[in-house]
Amino acid sequence: MSASDNLIPVIVSKVVEVNSIIKRFEFKHINGDALPAFSGGAHIVVEMIDGATKRKNAYSLMSSPFKLGQYAISVRREDDGRGGSKFMHEKVVPGMEMKISAPVNLFALDLRAKKHLMIAGGIGITPFMAQMTQATELGLPFELHYAARSASQAAYMGSLKAQFGDAVACYCADIGDRLNLEALLSDQPLGTHVYVCGPKGMIEAVVQTATNLGWPAAHIHFEHFLSPPMGKAFSVHLAKAGIDIDVGPEQSLLEAIEASGTPVNCLCRAGACGQCETQIVACDGDITHNDHWLEDDQRASKKFIMPCVSRFSGKRLELDL
Amino acid sequence: MSESLIEERFLSRLTDGPLAIAPGLAHYFVADASGAECIIRVAQSAPKGFIEKVHILYVPTPGENALITALYALGAKQFEHVPTIDEAIIKLGDWLSDAKMGSQLYLAGTEGLIGKAVAKGEECGLDHTAVQCEQRGSLARRVQCVHCKTMIENVTTQPTKCPSCDLLLLVRDHYSRRLAAFQGVCINAEDPSEVVEIKEVFK
Ligand code: FES
Repeated sequence: MSASDNLIPVIVSKVVEVNSIIKRFEFKHINGDALPAFSGGAHIVVEMIDGATKRKNAYSLMSSPFKLGQYAISVRREDDGRGGSKFMHEKVVPGMEMKISAPVNLFALDLRAKKHLMIAGGIGITPFMAQMTQATELGLPFELHYAARSASQAAYMGSLKAQFGDAVACYCADIGDRLNLEALLSDQPLGTHVYVCGPKGMIEAVVQTATNLGWPAAHIHFEHFLSPPMGKAFSVHLAKAGIDIDVGPEQSLLEAIEASGTPVNCLCRAGACGQCETQIVACDGDITHNDHWLEDDQRASKKFIMPCVSRFSGKRLELDL
Repeated sequence: MSESLIEERFLSRLTDGPLAIAPGLAHYFVADASGAECIIRVAQSAPKGFIEKVHILYVPTPGENALITALYALGAKQFEHVPTIDEAIIKLGDWLSDAKMGSQLYLAGTEGLIGKAVAKGEECGLDHTAVQCEQRGSLARRVQCVHCKTMIENVTTQPTKCPSCDLLLLVRDHYSRRLAAFQGVCINAEDPSEVVEIKEVFK
């Protein structure tokens, strides 16, 4: 079963233009009921019906885990993306009915930590907003280091400073303000856990620097924001279902499998959680592995694929579904 | 019945092995006399600059001096020797409370020292993957009687008698990091008249 099987009907209660590239969307349950409880770091999957195309994108919840009357997410407009964020920016207006999944948390605070060190890059700030509210309420020590291209693109920077004061440090690249990871990670008390969410390069830098300094892997947490990459259309044979399906250029393989009504597991829809791992029955062609899950030897074996982000080109791909 | 109850492997105990340098900002070593040579071995094969990040806590056997000198001569950033394991553990707690992420803990010596230092490390927020142990000297175990909670030091036999509640205990290989002790569970609870041979196994 996957979290997006039982979708929750919601109504878009508010749309706010945060800056030129980011909008915030708020959702309420269509019956006014409380929405399911979640903890900071959780995400929801938003279903977008755009004419004949159905897309599903995952977004971190940024609203307070203690206020379940509504959820809030922020979406950065990616013009060269596959259209999900564009749809959110252009088509979604207050009063519209949509469907979302229940929250899933793959980026939760480790409550054994003596201190929570949060590092955000750009729109990667959103999961931390819910986490900071949670940490404040529970009295957990935390610090946020927020890096962005410029102050005008850094969503919520001003309000976060106002709300959390010295616990928030900001770095804007356009004025030459850079986060010195090595210095930051060399000066954390024992028992600190580090959390990073942002662009790929930033996640890699944090994981690499911390590991080189001797941080145990169990103290390093990261969340990849990866919307499924686009590509050329291809078709796939689902062996158990006995059907052939077509994957459109802007569609992910996972979405195409779901559209065919074939059951498939998933959680993150971003190649990170491992839930959607699928066995390949036959492969005559090349797989573009875009996930962070499979090991190199698994990729080389051409026996596994993560349908949420990976694509295929070639003659024939048969999956064990 | 006693034979089949004696487990073969340690499951919840930290892996013992020759200490090896792990990447880290600071390296804390704790040893008693049986483990001193492990520190010397690691330090001598270490890359340049390593010893400047090393802190050593040492518990000598009374009257012994040569190893203190040898350890001191390594030129670590910090070196202290204290008379008992318990004092070493208190001192370790002081050191670790100021320590930063990226610290590694290396323990060498007897079960008692290792067990207590591991528990202290965990209490201070050190992940178990940042702790290495090399057991030296006696394999005697520290056992907690699960029935009356008495801690029994230096247990060498299987089974062993609890000095406080008199039950005959099977020393299980279940090791509690928190208590730094093995579990001792009554071996003949169903039939206390059953006679179980006591063998010396943890030497
Ligand atoms: S759904 Fe998480 S890896 Fe594919």
